[in-house]
Amino acid sequence: MSEREKMLVQKISDGTVIDHVSAGRALSVLRLLSDPQDRGVTVALVMNVESSKMGRKDILKVEGVELTDEQIQKLALIAPLASVNIIRSYKVSKKKRAVLPKTITGVLRCTATTCVSVREKDSVPSVFFLVSTLPLVYRCKYCGRDLSEREISGELG
Amino acid sequence: MGSIAWSGKDVLSILDFSREDLETLFETADDFLKRPGSVPKTLADRIVATAFFEPSTRTRLSFSTAALKLGAKVIDLSPDVSSVLKGESLSDTIRMLQSYSDLIVMRHPSEGAALLASEVSDVPIVNGGDGSQHHPSQAMLDLYTIRRLKGRVDGLRYAVVGDTRYARTAASFLYGLAKYKPASVYLVSPEGLRMRDEVKNSIRKLGLRTEELDTLEPVLGKVDVIYMNRIQKERFPDPNEYEKVKGSYRITKSLLSGAGDAIVLHPLPRINELAYDVDDLPNAAYMEQARLGVPVRMALLHLVMGGGAR
Repeated sequence: MSEREKMLVQKISDGTVIDHVSAGRALSVLRLLSDPQDRGVTVALVMNVESSKMGRKDILKVEGVELTDEQIQKLALIAPLASVNIIRSYKVSKKKRAVLPKTITGVLRCTATTCVSVREKDSVPSVFFLVSTLPLVYRCKYCGRDLSEREISGELG
Repeated sequence: MGSIAWSGKDVLSILDFSREDLETLFETADDFLKRPGSVPKTLADRIVATAFFEPSTRTRLSFSTAALKLGAKVIDLSPDVSSVLKGESLSDTIRMLQSYSDLIVMRHPSEGAALLASEVSDVPIVNGGDGSQHHPSQAMLDLYTIRRLKGRVDGLRYAVVGDTRYARTAASFLYGLAKYKPASVYLVSPEGLRMRDEVKNSIRKLGLRTEELDTLEPVLGKVDVIYMNRIQKERFPDPNEYEKVKGSYRITKSLLSGAGDAIVLHPLPRINELAYDVDDLPNAAYMEQARLGVPVRMALLHLVMGGGAR
């Protein structure tokens, strides 16, 4: 993070910094964190800042919350290049990278209304296989329908 | 793709079978046709369950006939008078059926239903059509009919006509054809019934090259097989879209006057896309195709239930 970025929001003592979020996706990522404002969590968003790696990017700082592995998995679906820094006592205690899962179960919903995973959704969890990372494509195990990055963001955001 | 172990295999999609597997199936069907008196009672003391969640005439009856000829007893789940009406899930229905039977033949309106059934069943599942993509036994008997009537599948020119968008028979036939080396494949349909991208991409990846046409006329006289498909009214998400395309293609006796010795196949039932006056022409092969459904499904059940190649 550059000095200018650091100036935009103050440091957090404990929590998570999510960096390298695709520009414009910060609000979708925020929704992933299951309504932090309900729990009185302080969140800082930095949107559309310059990035040498990505051109433009968003950054989130979440005070007092450490992302779970499941949340990081979902994060990868919205922001495949995101890096996650767990902060303890103002220092980076752990760095994690969002990794796209090869198989994702019970998270996404198939867009084909005639897919058995939609019609029998109470008894069948959806299952999607990673087909491509760039562009991001997941394929439904049951009907073979592909979900694009936009559709995935739409579902999770 | 190597050959599979047939015994106990689920039959979900023709994509799961190699050309060698199909040849094993066809040779077994040949043997049953050639020596009807020597058909083995492979399914003696076995129970075959049929569970058709969508209407069917030929598939359900030919599977039942095939099972009976191989010595099985057949039980039938009628969704309209069973607990399916009370909202029982597909998984629970299949779990119950697999405890009553040795093999389940099923049809369902949802894509992936047979795969789901295979995940909860300990007995083999034979897909009699699910959703708009897979109908493996239909594709097998289509290829078998061509092999018998034309002597080969390779090197022929094919026109797949009609609803290539929603007809699972069209998608499955093309998946099967991709195991062979056809000279050319034309997909003939009005704009609104063109093949879906995911199916088109799949057949392209399988190495099958196709060409889309609006009408059959430009290739009539050039193709060896005309594979007709009914417009799948029940699969249109919007009834207005169906109204726009219904009756948009039709094959008649006069149209076929320029068809040479092409055979006309149709998985049936027909609505109005295939005129009744075609029935008298030597080109009409769809009744023979329906008849051959029995030996092909006999061979399928025989191999899946451990009967071995013949």
